[in-house]
Amino acid sequence: MTTTYAVLSEGLEKRFGDVRAVNGLDLAVAEGTVCGVLGPNGAGKTTAVRLLTTLLRPDAGSARVAGHDLVREAPAVRRAIAVTGQYASVDGDLTGRENLRLCARLHRVGNAAARADELLDRFGLSEAAGRLASTYSGGMRRRLDLAASLVRRPEVLFLDEPTTGLDPVSRTTIWDAVHELTARGTTVLLTTQYLEEADRLADTIALVDRGRVAHTGSPSELKALIGTYAEVIVADTNVMIKAAAVLDRLTGAEPAFHHERRAVGAVTTDPTLTLPRLVRELDAAGVPLLDASLKPPTLDDVFLRLTDTGAERAA
Amino acid sequence: MSALAYDGAAMLGRQLRRVRNNPALVVLVQTMPITMLLFFGYVFGSALAMPGEEYRTFLVPGLLVATAANGIMTGMFQAAQDTHRGVMDRFRTLPVSRAAVPLGQALADLVVSAVGTVPFLLAGLAVGWRIEGPAVRAVAALGLLLLFRFACTWIGIFLGLLTRNEEMAGQLGSATFMLPLLSNAYIPTDDLPDWLRTLAEWNPLSAVTTALRDLFGNSSAPEGAAWPVAHPVAGSLAWCGVLIVVFVPLALRGYARGGR
Repeated sequence: MTTTYAVLSEGLEKRFGDVRAVNGLDLAVAEGTVCGVLGPNGAGKTTAVRLLTTLLRPDAGSARVAGHDLVREAPAVRRAIAVTGQYASVDGDLTGRENLRLCARLHRVGNAAARADELLDRFGLSEAAGRLASTYSGGMRRRLDLAASLVRRPEVLFLDEPTTGLDPVSRTTIWDAVHELTARGTTVLLTTQYLEEADRLADTIALVDRGRVAHTGSPSELKALIGTYAEVIVADTNVMIKAAAVLDRLTGAEPAFHHERRAVGAVTTDPTLTLPRLVRELDAAGVPLLDASLKPPTLDDVFLRLTDTGAERAA
Repeated sequence: MSALAYDGAAMLGRQLRRVRNNPALVVLVQTMPITMLLFFGYVFGSALAMPGEEYRTFLVPGLLVATAANGIMTGMFQAAQDTHRGVMDRFRTLPVSRAAVPLGQALADLVVSAVGTVPFLLAGLAVGWRIEGPAVRAVAALGLLLLFRFACTWIGIFLGLLTRNEEMAGQLGSATFMLPLLSNAYIPTDDLPDWLRTLAEWNPLSAVTTALRDLFGNSSAPEGAAWPVAHPVAGSLAWCGVLIVVFVPLALRGYARGGR
């Protein structure tokens, strides 16, 4: 079976004056999956979303979204997608209910009023439904914005930093909605600065740096590239050398010493190195252990190691 | 086409709902010309060579047209606000006819300003202004006024989509107050120096104002006026036609292009 891609871009480019905001973006998001576009501020994430949602015209390159050419079949793309932006784009001069009814009507949803009420309920906005959206809190506005994107189930949903600055409750509501949608076959492309968010939601992560994709892979693949940090804490500074020798043998990497914590650690990419094995080997070598751990890398580590910007920052 | 009608109606509904949700603003906008009628009518009216009641009759059509020209300001502010707040972006990603969003805005503006004309006309009657010609011609005057408003709103929508910034639109919008100052809306142009008179009479507001004075039967075009004022109805229609032909496509293109 061949994979169908809901979003497929090749060499997408967008310049603003001298700035190449998006500079040869190649992105492939398989149907029904969540792709997390991860990158720092200014990496080109928002411009990429604006291109893929027909808000901007690319200067070069091509892309298909939900099977339609982004430029030549823009109206068909718009029928298939929904967008929730970084800045809530609901109308503050309308009530929550009026906002949803308008979107439902524009999407030609049969019973716009009923659909609006259903969504208000789903996103915990029923009580505030009759109030102007301008009086909503940031979290409520974002939830209303997402609800507006879901008046009709989109084939591809774009979420541009959907939880930036949100309270934990709103964040969880949005995460739950994403899970629910993908379970029903919607493809989601989300940009985020939060590693935790990408880790929790995304099937694949595209690491974006300077307008192009620096790396793609599942969260675990990206972490495997970086390796796991094995660290042991010994009871006595005298045995640190002995512990280091064991770690050196097991990981093949040069161990690092943290004398003040009596800790020795080394990076490993060996998947057979499990915590029980680490403990057994150290015990056999007669190292009195206080603690041992295998820490998977955070996406922060991933980012620092796999992008140019990260490399510069680390240097 | 039916998609445009449907989407346009939905967008018109949106704009009218916004007005209903924000009645204070509407009241404020509508009382402004009445306040100006009282100030100008009695303050200037007492200082000018023209007798007070005659000046107030002269002023009513002028203020109607000056108010219609404010369509530039409201159109610009609204379009800039929607762009700035990301509402336009949402509409652009929806399967909505490209013309529906600006068209809905222009039509809603037309409805609101038509309703707003009623209290102003009543105020005009109260200060001594009268419809002195046949009713048909008075209705034609109001039709022409709304056509001019419609044209002005499209100029505003175009500028609003261009500036993309609420504050800048607000600042620029206040400049529309200057337009009637360089026309025959508040003062007769006969006594102006020749070059200034020519400039003022080629101001579209002058043609429309003169047409209204003529159609209401208040006064006719002055001697030796420039062509649009000498033939005020034809001149007004021509001005409205030119403005619509130029600014409707520009505004539609501005909407479709969005973020450059």
